[in-house]
Amino acid sequence: MNNGEPWWISLIKAGIIVNLVMLAFAYTTWLERKLLGRMQLRYGPNRAGPFGLLQPIADLIKLIRKESFFPVAARDSLYIAAPVIAMFTALAAFAVIPFGAGWQIWHYHVNGEIANVSIGLILLFALGSVGVYGAIIGGWASESKYSLLGSMRTCAQLVSYEVSLALSVLGVVLMGQSLNLVEIVNKQGATIWFFIPQLAGMLVFFFAVIAETSRPPFDLPEADTELVAGYHTEYGGMRWGLFQTAEYVNMITLSALAVTLFFAGWHGPWAPLGPLWFVLKVFILVSIFIWIRASVPRLRYDQLMRFGWKVLLPVATINAVITALLVVWVH
Amino acid sequence: MPQPLDTVKGFAVTFRQLFKKPITQQYPEYKRPVYPRFRGRHRLHVHENGLEKCVGCSLCAAACPADCIRVVAAENTPENRVSAGERYARIYEINMSRCIFCGYCELACPFDAITLGNEFEISEYSRDDLIYTKDMLLAEPIKRVPVADPDLYDTPIPYYETHS
Repeated sequence: MNNGEPWWISLIKAGIIVNLVMLAFAYTTWLERKLLGRMQLRYGPNRAGPFGLLQPIADLIKLIRKESFFPVAARDSLYIAAPVIAMFTALAAFAVIPFGAGWQIWHYHVNGEIANVSIGLILLFALGSVGVYGAIIGGWASESKYSLLGSMRTCAQLVSYEVSLALSVLGVVLMGQSLNLVEIVNKQGATIWFFIPQLAGMLVFFFAVIAETSRPPFDLPEADTELVAGYHTEYGGMRWGLFQTAEYVNMITLSALAVTLFFAGWHGPWAPLGPLWFVLKVFILVSIFIWIRASVPRLRYDQLMRFGWKVLLPVATINAVITALLVVWVH
Repeated sequence: MPQPLDTVKGFAVTFRQLFKKPITQQYPEYKRPVYPRFRGRHRLHVHENGLEKCVGCSLCAAACPADCIRVVAAENTPENRVSAGERYARIYEINMSRCIFCGYCELACPFDAITLGNEFEISEYSRDDLIYTKDMLLAEPIKRVPVADPDLYDTPIPYYETHS
């Protein structure tokens, strides 16, 4: 499966990718604040460095220097572990996402992904499910009613939308005839980008991703204008920062997954730019997320649940069934 | 009832905003002119002949709802004449951390000795620095600047001013 790639190349790649994802996260926050600002006729951050470009670094320094308090009644080990779980799963999920075709460097073959796993898609969703534990444990271990209720709300939302998320990619799996993300991308490069035949699946996936990363208009877990912060009420400093990082990294990872599944990963419509196409597509998707945040007001909780179970789930199911029938009929 | 078309219109609105110039006023670089009756930090005034207007009557201190003014009066003598009246304020202090800028002191003063100026940047790192003594309050006579360009003020003119 690793095409004769020595193990230490994977390790180096993992180091590079983790840092690149963290950098992308930092500048996603900058991009979000800047775009939101301009959409609301404000400037956004413009004080730290030119165009506020040093703002993420300033934020990081501020968060790290803050006191790492925790509540007297909190379960210490779990309270500390929760943000780490959230962060770890968010970062680990990027391992299976292919970003290039692979290169020949000197006399080593370097793959265009960190781990070429034959069940990459399932691994990704499994990691996402483990990530929910970060929210559950964090809220419960804080020993605060706000946190507990917030984590219950978060779990209900994440678990509901995970169903639609997994079902919506079933069509892609059937068309790509593989759970391996590299093969799915190659299939798209050879035939057609899957967002054309799988338009319904793509839309369901997109909505589910917004809910899964708890971004507006599905940001009920935080609902910053209505409630106390939710499951991370009792967190401060860099521990809170880890939760926030996990959320943004999840957004980037799931955008990258959407690019992989529906927009042919590193393949471009023309010019073989490889990873640049991948980065460009992820950037466009992230910008669309931010655009949605600026445009749509938050849903009510019952609307959220109704949308998840009564709209997304049936559409995803019907889409999967029709795709299955068509695939069988074609062969 | 969901209205998908209106939601799409909303997306168009936010997208159009991207190409407009932000309306933010960049504060430390651009300071918005204050209103004519703006109540900023206090000033004590002097007559043209150099005598203080304040006669140390403590009416301002009595009127102050926040109790932030302290006046200690002393008699004027022929060799030490400070104010135009019988007495003068030997100590005149305003605790700016307590002041609520209501302007009652200005109303209570029988000699127009104290007025509220246009200055609003009075933050300090220490609370002690917020106690303004008489010398600080006397510093320089304020210059009331009339509104140059009424369009700068985005609040509408009240109904009673246009219909009376």
